[in-house]
Amino acid sequence: MMELVIISGKGGTGKTSMVGSLASLSQNKVLVDCDVDAADLHLILKNNVQETTEFIGGKEASINEDMCTNCGICQDYCRFDAIKHDVNTENPDDEKYWIESYSCDGCGVCVRHCPEDAIDFNEVISGEWYISDTPYGPLVHARLGIAQANSGKLVSELRQQAKQLAEQREMDMILIDGPPGIGCPVTASITGVGYVLIVTEPSMSALHDMERLLQLTLHFKIPTGICINKFDINLDLTSRIEDFAKEQKVKILGRIPFDHEVTKAQMAGTSIIEHNDDGVSKSIKKLWSNLNEEFRENGQ
Amino acid sequence: MEISVASGKGGTGKTTLATNLAVAIAKKGKKVNYLDCDVEEPNGHIFLKPEVTEQSDVNVLIPRVIQDKCTLCGECSAACEYNAIAVLGKTVEVFDSLCHSCGGCLDVCPEGAIEEIPRAIGSISSGVGMGVEFHEGRLNVGELISPPLTKELRKLVKKSDVTIIDAPPGTSCPVIEAINGTDFVILVTEPTPFGLNDLKLAVEMIREIDLPYGVVINRSDTGDNRTEEYCHKEKIDILMKIPFNRKIAEAYSQGDMMFDVDSKYEKSFYELYQNITNRAQS
Repeated sequence: MMELVIISGKGGTGKTSMVGSLASLSQNKVLVDCDVDAADLHLILKNNVQETTEFIGGKEASINEDMCTNCGICQDYCRFDAIKHDVNTENPDDEKYWIESYSCDGCGVCVRHCPEDAIDFNEVISGEWYISDTPYGPLVHARLGIAQANSGKLVSELRQQAKQLAEQREMDMILIDGPPGIGCPVTASITGVGYVLIVTEPSMSALHDMERLLQLTLHFKIPTGICINKFDINLDLTSRIEDFAKEQKVKILGRIPFDHEVTKAQMAGTSIIEHNDDGVSKSIKKLWSNLNEEFRENGQ
Repeated sequence: MEISVASGKGGTGKTTLATNLAVAIAKKGKKVNYLDCDVEEPNGHIFLKPEVTEQSDVNVLIPRVIQDKCTLCGECSAACEYNAIAVLGKTVEVFDSLCHSCGGCLDVCPEGAIEEIPRAIGSISSGVGMGVEFHEGRLNVGELISPPLTKELRKLVKKSDVTIIDAPPGTSCPVIEAINGTDFVILVTEPTPFGLNDLKLAVEMIREIDLPYGVVINRSDTGDNRTEEYCHKEKIDILMKIPFNRKIAEAYSQGDMMFDVDSKYEKSFYELYQNITNRAQS
């Protein structure tokens, strides 16, 4: 079974639209949206949620006011500045220590140091994940709770679920929409996959971001290819990307023209492939056939 | 006055807005800082082209086990919530990139066998570009945890300075670290289904941390009016609308400013700043 992940470094280069298009071109696969704090793939896949599961990301500390003696020891030990101290300026005896939920890292240090055992430390639900049916195959996706950490852990959970689903239903491929950036959720999205497709665009920003991303995929020794989206916005930069790819011995698998029709397809809640059969669709079909050839030759 | 620029969705124009806004304020003779807190993929330098005069590593503390003192009791491993330290055979291993530097293992070790050493996770560069005081955080490739770097970066400016913070995309912890405590948040979006979906998530995030905010709609004529309808319904102020202009897209692609294409934007951005200042103070 092949896992293909689509990432970009820079946001907004067209990852999700690309995954939507590949979803309608490919057969027999599970789709996964690993951009867990801004998931959009389901918006163009006409999904029906079949299963919802709570995600426990980690623990969180909270002070039990009745037991707290306001000694302040917890605050001294907290390295995340999560423990706040409110004092009434008119009456200094009226004070209170409390933990700012979104700053708490769930380390448990304050819990151990509290002489009164006044700090609770419980698992928290930090999001939920879903299995949806779509006309293109099952979709595994999630919603990370607002202001939550542990996105990497949620991504790993999604990929695990997708693998199980693919095995149960004897699917050949897992197609993953990745998050932007190069940090925790990106690393969780690409470790151990068979192939990475980077979707970039001809801008200085996207080129800079792609260079950093490529360092990451090469570091993990994952076979990687590049697709240049909106290549005709700046042909000079497109050739710079091509030169850079050549230097790095990475193949350019597709060049997609800029077209407002791509946005119109998104407005209609569908992929560009189903929207029309013009230039963009043709170039994505070409990319898909190049990708398949790449999988056979270099995929893991 | 700290103004942060955020968005749920990536690629909506955060950096374009943040850099143009910073330069528009600087051109009025005000001292202004630009902080690139998108530390995984910092791009502000492409537009402000600063001459970097200072650069330093940012370190976090990670545990090192003094093997002579260690009795392999496993207390450290039991206390670690991040699975970053474990007894493996006759040694204790630390998995550096998983460590959150909480100091928990150090606390619980009954033998005093753990010390902390600094480990670089990224760097901060500072300089001046286009009249703006520029500070950038840059996470080293392969690192997982960015908030400590963002925290250090934000320490470089005083609350009294005018500071524009360029935040990373999304709604999780790296974004919170960048915008928490700022005086005003500008949410940049585009009027597409993806843009709107992610705007709603970003609004939920800001309501959770309770900061004043408003919305800028970029490429405002490319989608439909669902984004504006949502803002009206939720009583969210639309601060500015920037129509799509292929010349601006081309200028952006090569690292040029918006007012290189159309000088009216210098005025529009300064008005945006004045508008925000009034709102943040009221």
